[in-house]
This record gives sequence, C-alpha cells and structure tokens, in this order.
Amino acid sequence: MTREELTTLITTKYPDVKAGTMKKYPEFIVPSEKIHQLCRELKDLSETRMDYLFGETAADRKDGFHMVYFLTSSTLGHCIMLRVVLSDKVNPAVDTVCDIWRAAEYHEREVFDLFGIRFNNHPDLRRIFLEDDWIGHPLRKDYKDSFTLVK
Amino acid sequence: MGIDIKSVPYEDFKDNEALEELRKSGHSVVLSTIDDLINWGRSNSVWPLTFATSCCGIEMMATGAPRHDFARFGIEVYRASPRQADVIVVAGTIVRKMAPVLKRLYDQMADPKYVIAMGACAISGGPFVYNSYSVIRGVDQVIPVDVYIPGCPPRPEALLYGIMQLQRKIKALKDQEKPLVITPKEVPSAEETAKMLATTPSSGASAAAPQSTSSATATPNPVAPPSADSSTSQNAPS
Repeated sequence: MTREELTTLITTKYPDVKAGTMKKYPEFIVPSEKIHQLCRELKDLSETRMDYLFGETAADRKDGFHMVYFLTSSTLGHCIMLRVVLSDKVNPAVDTVCDIWRAAEYHEREVFDLFGIRFNNHPDLRRIFLEDDWIGHPLRKDYKDSFTLVK
Repeated sequence: MGIDIKSVPYEDFKDNEALEELRKSGHSVVLSTIDDLINWGRSNSVWPLTFATSCCGIEMMATGAPRHDFARFGIEVYRASPRQADVIVVAGTIVRKMAPVLKRLYDQMADPKYVIAMGACAISGGPFVYNSYSVIRGVDQVIPVDVYIPGCPPRPEALLYGIMQLQRKIKALKDQEKPLVITPKEVPSAEETAKMLATTPSSGASAAAPQSTSSATATPNPVAPPSADSSTSQNAPS
C-alpha cells in the first residue's frame, strides 16, 4: 500500500492515531494504550499483513521516552513506523508486542536494559547485556555513574 | 639477583636443584650466554593467542594473511588455547564485561608471556574515552602491556613494527632484570582520570584529541622498562 492508503486506513480505524512527518517511512504516533491492539490488527489485516518487526528501540527525548516500532510486510513490501510517547520519565511502561512478533522479546529486553522501560505482560523481562546487579539504565539522559568522564 | 620469572615468586623455585646449581656456578658468564640463546629462541617464535574483540582484529588477520605474512617474523601460528600462546595481542575494545575474561586468559598463559596493546581502544579507550559507561580506558588497567601500537586501527605495517619492537624487547631482557612480579597499575578513579585529562591542553576540544593526548598521558606505563632498548611505547613507521 502507498503512504496515503496506509494513512487513510489507520487514521479512519483509529482516530486518536496521528500521522507523523518522517520521510523515510510512513510514521504514526500512537497512544500507548492502543499500541498492542493496533499492532495485532496491522499483522492480521489482509491489506497490511505486517508480519515482520524489523526494529524496536527507544529514545530519551525532552517530552518523554519514545518507543519506536518498524514494521514491514514480507509479502506486500510496505514499511511503517509507529511511535509511542511515554511521558512518564521515572517509571515508563508500555504493553509488550512479543506475543505478536517473537522478535520483540529480545528487543524489549534490550530497551528495558538500557532505558528502563517496563513492558507489561512480557514473559521474561530482565537485563540482556549488562550484569544483573547493574544499577541504573545507561542510555537515559539522566544516568550518572563514576565511570563516564564527561557528564 | 636470582632467577626471576614474571608473576612467580622466587620462593617457589627454591627446591629446583638444577637452577640452584646454575646460580652457584657463576651465572654472569654461563647464564648470560644461555639467556641470550634462550631469548633469541623465544623472540623468533612468539605464538599469538587467537583473540580479537573488534576491527583491529581484522587488521591483525590481514597481517597474518599472505600479503603481509607475519610468519616471516616468527609470529607464526595462532593458538586457540592460552596454554600454548606466548603473546596476547589485545586487538580491540575491552568492555567491563570482557575485562575479567581477558584477565583470566592472561593468567592462563604460560610464562614468559607478553602483551601487545593494539589500537586506540586497547591503549586508552580510544573514541570511547570521554563518554562511555562500559569501555575500559586502556587495557593496561587490567593486564601489564609490553608494546603499545597506536592507530585506529593500526595498519599491518604498524603491527609488524610493534612485533619487531617486542622481539627487540625480548632479546634485551636478561632473566635477572625482569621484575619479580608485574602487577597492573591501580585503576584510577573517574575523578583522577578526569583531572588527568583536564590538565592536558586539548581536553575534550576536538574529536582527534583522545588518541594523541590520552595515549601519552592517561596511560603511563606502570612498570619501568628494564633496559634502554625496550621502550614500551612505539610510533608506527611513516
């Protein structure tokens, strides 16, 4: 589907989802409580068939943590990007999508490890790269430790 | 005086009759000749450990490949076991999770053992020196280093030159000149390192600064070089 068709399809089904302005992929800004439902639908709909989550990561921005999801369809060839803004900077949490795409399981463990974003209903949410007794989440902007030389 | 072997206390050798005999019989003549012979042999057959953690490892592989072929210098066969290796070329970034592994590999190597720190990351942390939560600022915080090879990554010629410097160092070493036990220098705290970096004129100013300033200032060699020939920091040939 083209960008316009995808935008029409998603924004008519979900009026509170806004289309973003990113050039490379059609971008949609999704409320955090809708992300699981929207992902499930994007995977199951015969027009979209988003069967491949090729990226899931996060960023620490001024207005909160941004979760980003990159989806593509291996049969139809189109890609989209979903963005969820989590304004709680202390205890951010969002629903997991790893029951929809298994690949999300490790992506979400990585995001939890480095950003401290919790994923509701994740089956095995623990650190993946750092030691289990690591204190803090290093990719947060407010992360402080005695090891980094430049604050 | 006495026969000192790196990281083994002299007391452990007291019951070795052969060494005692050699030491009694005026080793200034006998042993120095034997030393020279042994060192000549050692320096021309330095077996490296198969160990590389990032892109410097690619250059190291290129150095072993036919175009540069460091088998010409006796650095012949990569050993997959530290028990059979003489030198560990630390080719790449060492992070906090890797440091204990590296230390254990070093401890498992049989004496005499040598360490080459290859590339900016192994020397000082390189591009990660200022702002990283995980990268060790210089591998000499973990294990003692014999030769530093600057570069990011160093070209194969630089590695060859570093290997030749190591061979010169091995040839120059007399057994009685070796330090009894080499301990890694104490890990400086972040405040000390920051102070050290702040005193250098170009601290944090430019992107090119970390390699030159920090390899010169942030990693002073913990062990005094045993002789004038064995300088521990070498520049690559132009």
